Amino acid sequence: MILNASGCLDALVAPAVARSLDAVVTKTVTPLPREGNAPVRIAETEAGMLNSIGLANPGIDRFLAETLPQLLELGPPVWVSVGGFSADEYARSCARLEGTGAAAIELNLSCPNVAAPGDEAAAIVAAARAATAKPLYAKLSPALPDVAAVATAAAEAGADGLSLVNTIRGLALDPATLRPRLATAVGGLSGPSLRPVALAAVYACFRATELPIVGMGGVETGRHALELIAAGASAVALGTVLFADPGAPGRIRSELAAEAAAHGFAAPQGARGAAHRSGSALVAAEANAGREASRRLRLKV
Amino acid sequence: MSPARRSVVAVERVGPYRLVRLRRGGLEPGIPGQFFMLRTPGRVLPRPFSLCLARPGELGFLVEPVGPGTRALCALAPGDEVDVLGPLGNGFRLDVERPLLVGGGIGVAPFPYLSERLGGPPAVLGFRSPHHAEAAALVPNAEVVLEPTYVTERLEPGFDVLACGPEPMLAAVRRLAPAAQLAWEAPMACGFGACYGCAVEVEGRLTRLCVEGPVLGGRGGRSAAAPAGRAAA
Repeated sequence: MILNASGCLDALVAPAVARSLDAVVTKTVTPLPREGNAPVRIAETEAGMLNSIGLANPGIDRFLAETLPQLLELGPPVWVSVGGFSADEYARSCARLEGTGAAAIELNLSCPNVAAPGDEAAAIVAAARAATAKPLYAKLSPALPDVAAVATAAAEAGADGLSLVNTIRGLALDPATLRPRLATAVGGLSGPSLRPVALAAVYACFRATELPIVGMGGVETGRHALELIAAGASAVALGTVLFADPGAPGRIRSELAAEAAAHGFAAPQGARGAAHRSGSALVAAEANAGREASRRLRLKV
Repeated sequence: MSPARRSVVAVERVGPYRLVRLRRGGLEPGIPGQFFMLRTPGRVLPRPFSLCLARPGELGFLVEPVGPGTRALCALAPGDEVDVLGPLGNGFRLDVERPLLVGGGIGVAPFPYLSERLGGPPAVLGFRSPHHAEAAALVPNAEVVLEPTYVTERLEPGFDVLACGPEPMLAAVRRLAPAAQLAWEAPMACGFGACYGCAVEVEGRLTRLCVEGPVLGGRGGRSAAAPAGRAAA
């Protein structure tokens, strides 16, 4: 399953790209409209990019009235990314998504470009859980001192899945002026630089929880996607690569199938957790099949 | 919606700039003022460039080597390949009665193609040196001014102004010709509305230049303020 990373696609401006995905994740929506941060907002780095968009979005009222109905007409399931500055704000947005066609809610607990929510991740998940029956994914930062511990706490608070990872803070300076290239100085680092960081977070959280994991961070090829799955991802999301190659979902899907087959897996999902197992890929695939079955039972999906 | 891989026909010197000529293949040249995202191998992100020349079978882009991305493009050799996505955004309105092209520096980039489509209208082009002014040879009927003279000193009333250049020049042109169509620039990661990186202020609110522009103004009193910095380093 291939999704876009939140904030990396405007499905209404590029519907063909949206339709090439298995699910569309919205840009994070907050209770009130946000214009976002002042430009300059992006900068390329040696092996990635920095962004400081600042959660620009129309606010939940306009999102529900105008954006979501149009998104639902595109076809793919729509996951709504929800942001806020307190557990109560998250919960109220989740409550308002009840009764809509949103397939899932991703709680953005980790935007590096705005002030952090005042509440702990687990408290936000618990408040959201009480407000909605929809599948809840907790999107975590890889900069957490112990991402697996937070993932475990999110699971205990009622999260149905994890989205790993958001960007990490980075800084780029103009070579001529030695001043920051972004107006906010620091921004979120994504792209190839983030890939090993994402792999480590997915690897740690797969060992710590039994939740499904949407893995993301620097995926540019099918091999990168397979590595995230081997580390523990059950789905893969594409971010920065979409900017350079909006045709990436189709390309990476076929590359992933070929890479998985080359490793002896009938389907990419068979490789899930392979990085954690000893023995042949085939043994890993069989062990994983049992694990998947028990997980599905537990989550009733 | 995928970038097309195109090979380089030639990279020619034009003063301090380079004219990067690519095989067109099946790509449409679009409307003058629209742009293409070009990515060289090894770069994470593409860069936006308006189309400079639409010779038969080719797409030509005028590039100033100012950063790693533009230097990589200028260093290409015939036969090298580039990923090309476009045309994107909104170009100039061509239904004008008395067009006058006003540009400065690398901002003359869209004018050769625009001039061709408008039948060779007069142009006023400003440059910081005679070396830079070699780019004026690409634009027919061009009057060249060199710093410290500014293009705005040569503007006459009664023309439909189509302008492209640095932000202070565009702001000065708009003061003299409020209905002018102005082509702005901003750093862009994608060019199709996904990254929200190219935010500019239009009518007091931040909006995406790739979706609303890059040509703004002359459409109901729109105004814009370009961000600081170069769009295509």
